[in-house]
This record gives sequence, C-alpha cells and structure tokens, in this order.
Amino acid sequence: MSEPMAFGLSSALAFAYLPCIRINGMPLVAFRMPPRAIVKGLQRGLGFGMRFETFRSPASGTARLDALLDAGKLVGLQAGIYWLPYFPPDLRFHFNAHNLLVYGRDGDDYLVSDPVAEASTRCARKDMEKARFAKGVLAPRGLLYYVTTPPSEPDWAVLGRRALARTTDIMLRTPLPFVGVRGIEMLARRVERLPLDGGGERARLYIGHLVRMQEEIGTGGAGFRFMYASFLQELAGKTGHAALDGLAIRLVEIGDRWQEFAVAAARMIRRRDALAPPALAERLRALAGDERLFFQELRRVQRAWAC
Amino acid sequence: MREQDVPQEGNATLAGHRKAIYAVGDDGKLRLVPSRGWEVEEIVTRQAVEDLERRAREARERVRAGATSPLEYHMYRARMDLALLSQTTGLWRWRVRRHFKPRVFARLPLSLLQRYAEALGISVETLGQVE
Repeated sequence: MSEPMAFGLSSALAFAYLPCIRINGMPLVAFRMPPRAIVKGLQRGLGFGMRFETFRSPASGTARLDALLDAGKLVGLQAGIYWLPYFPPDLRFHFNAHNLLVYGRDGDDYLVSDPVAEASTRCARKDMEKARFAKGVLAPRGLLYYVTTPPSEPDWAVLGRRALARTTDIMLRTPLPFVGVRGIEMLARRVERLPLDGGGERARLYIGHLVRMQEEIGTGGAGFRFMYASFLQELAGKTGHAALDGLAIRLVEIGDRWQEFAVAAARMIRRRDALAPPALAERLRALAGDERLFFQELRRVQRAWAC
Repeated sequence: MREQDVPQEGNATLAGHRKAIYAVGDDGKLRLVPSRGWEVEEIVTRQAVEDLERRAREARERVRAGATSPLEYHMYRARMDLALLSQTTGLWRWRVRRHFKPRVFARLPLSLLQRYAEALGISVETLGQVE
C-alpha cells in the first residue's frame, strides 16, 4: 500500500490550531492527525491487528524493542528528532511527533527506514533510546507498534467512502472552533492581530513558525494537501469512481495556494516585502473559504457514491 | 504543483538530503518527485536556528558578565527553553530558574549536575563552562 493511500484511508488529513500546546513558545499548528491516530485509523479500516506499547523506563523499552526485532518483527517507533544523529543538524529541533521504522539490528546499531533519509540508515542503540524517551510536548514515552495479524484484501470502495466521510466531518463539522476550516479562520484572526512592537521580530518568528509547521513537518509539502490529492487519484483509479479525479486536481490547486502563502511569509521574514500580517491573514481566510467549498463538494461526491 | 515546478534550489539546511514532494506529472497523475530544497524552507529554518543561536550568544555574554550561570547558555545551545528543560530533568521551573544564578549553580551537588548534563546530552565538565 502506498503512503498516500495509507494517509487517506486513515482520514489523517486535518487542520488544528492549538495555542495551548506550545512548541518553543509557539502554538502547535497541525495539518494532520497525530501519528498514533493515523495508525489506529488505518487499523480500523483494514482489519489488521496492531499492538501499541509505551514504557515507564527506557531500559525496558529498549529491551522490548530488541526482543521484537530478534523475533523478526518490523517495528514502528515514535521518537524525538533532536536526538536522532542521522538528521541534518539544522533540522534537529525538539519535535517529538516523528515516526520511523526499524527493520533489524546489527550489533549495537538499529537498521532504520526513515522518511527523512532517502536510503535506509543506522542509529546507535543509546541514541535511539534517548530519542524514544525524549521529554516535552507530545513525549513519545517509548511508543512502539507492530502488526499482530496481517490485513485481509480490503474492499477499497467501502473503506474509501468511510474515510472520505470522516475527513469531511473533521474539516467541516467538528464542534470546536480551533479544528478544521474554522481553525484556519481562527488562525487568520490571530495572525491579523500579531503585535508589531520591537521591530516586528516576534511577529516574524511567529509566521516563520507557521511555515515550518506547514512545509517542514512530514513529507509532500503544502501541509499534506498534495498527499491527500494523490490519495483521491489512487482511490479513483482503484474503484473507478471518476468524480474523485477532478477533486484531486482542485486540491492540488489549494495546495499551491498554501505554498504561495509560505512564499509570501518568507518574503516578509527576509524583509523583501514589508511585514503585513493582515495580508497573510487575508490569504488564510481565502484558503479557509477554498477548503470549505472543497470539502463540501467532497462530501456531496461521497454521498452520491453508491456501492 | 507541476513536476517541472518542484523546487531544486539546494536548501543548505538539508545538508545534502533530498526531500520528496508530490507533484503532477505530464499525464495528470500525482507522483513523488525528489526535491533538492526550496528557498522558502531554507529561510524559515535558518530563521529559527538563528534565533536560537542568538539566545545562546546573549546568554554567553551574560555568563561572562556574571549575570547568569553556564546552565542557561547550554540550555539554549541544546535548542531548549525553560519549559522543556524543566520537563526533561523533572525539576520544577523555579528550581531551574534558581540554578541560573551563578552563586547557586556553583554550589550544585554532582547529582544535580549529572541530571542536567544527561538532559542536555553533554558531559558535566562541559556544563560547567562556556567556550
């Protein structure tokens, strides 16, 4: 199964603006569900058994990982980026919601498949232990997960319909003002009111942080909108429900708008353009409007899809 | 984004790594295209790194002036803030803040120094000095 397919079927696309969760003094802005919810969503859809374990002590977490690897299991881990030595130094921030896969052990080195590195890579056992037991926001607490019973051949149409309904519900109907399309509007209001005192340095850091949450966390760019578009195309191909193809192209255009937002923000950070938070807020509002129309249309297509 | 528009600007912060971006190919299908980096990402990453480096630099000046302890400098060097250092060590924030006082820091028992050094990923000797 492809990465976009897993992403889409687990209804991982989302938007949430969480000012109460602070990352280096900045609010958390998420464009997807937390990793554990993604894996659980997938498990629910595909009917395979998955076990999650967290640990009190680093030693027992490492012992359990070693035992699973020796039993030939493929193990997923959550880890803090800062402590992973194979990450490029400039990208090593304290960010804990990173997931990677360990497929074997060679002496004191783990063999790691990480979306960040193109080829597979290695990580020393003591470094991995530190990364898995990093503290702070979204602390992984040694979280590991593995498959217990393999998936059966899925019915793509049934799974797809269900996943689309869940995603449109998250984006349009969550009764919380900071989730989904309303979350984007809330963020827009917050950006509009950014104080410009002290030369605007604080405001520049804030919008830089937004762009990093959007582009740097995870693969694919544009806050996972491109990846979801890819899922819609693949689902259209697998089920023959061609209406999804047109929607995929529309979502790519929305992803392009997100990237234009990033470009506009970066120009202000570099002082090529004057710092103007209201202009960025306007872009966010337009994006919220586009996404609202998009997910309403997706909902209509989902309802019309008889199977 | 179209496949030919995928940025290849050589983002230095990726240190030679390549990133994968989903882009639309000539056949109208989305696929993963390797990217050597996007200037926008480089700008925002450098901005965040420089902000942390600036805080470390300012803390170092204050250590030299006797206004704070090396602990604060090493905290910023490890890209942490007070909240994170407090969570990582399991010490109250006010205690950590108190240990920023040079006189208090100078009298810390080895066990506490080890706890800080472990949390920051450095040795106890390094923790006691600023280079």
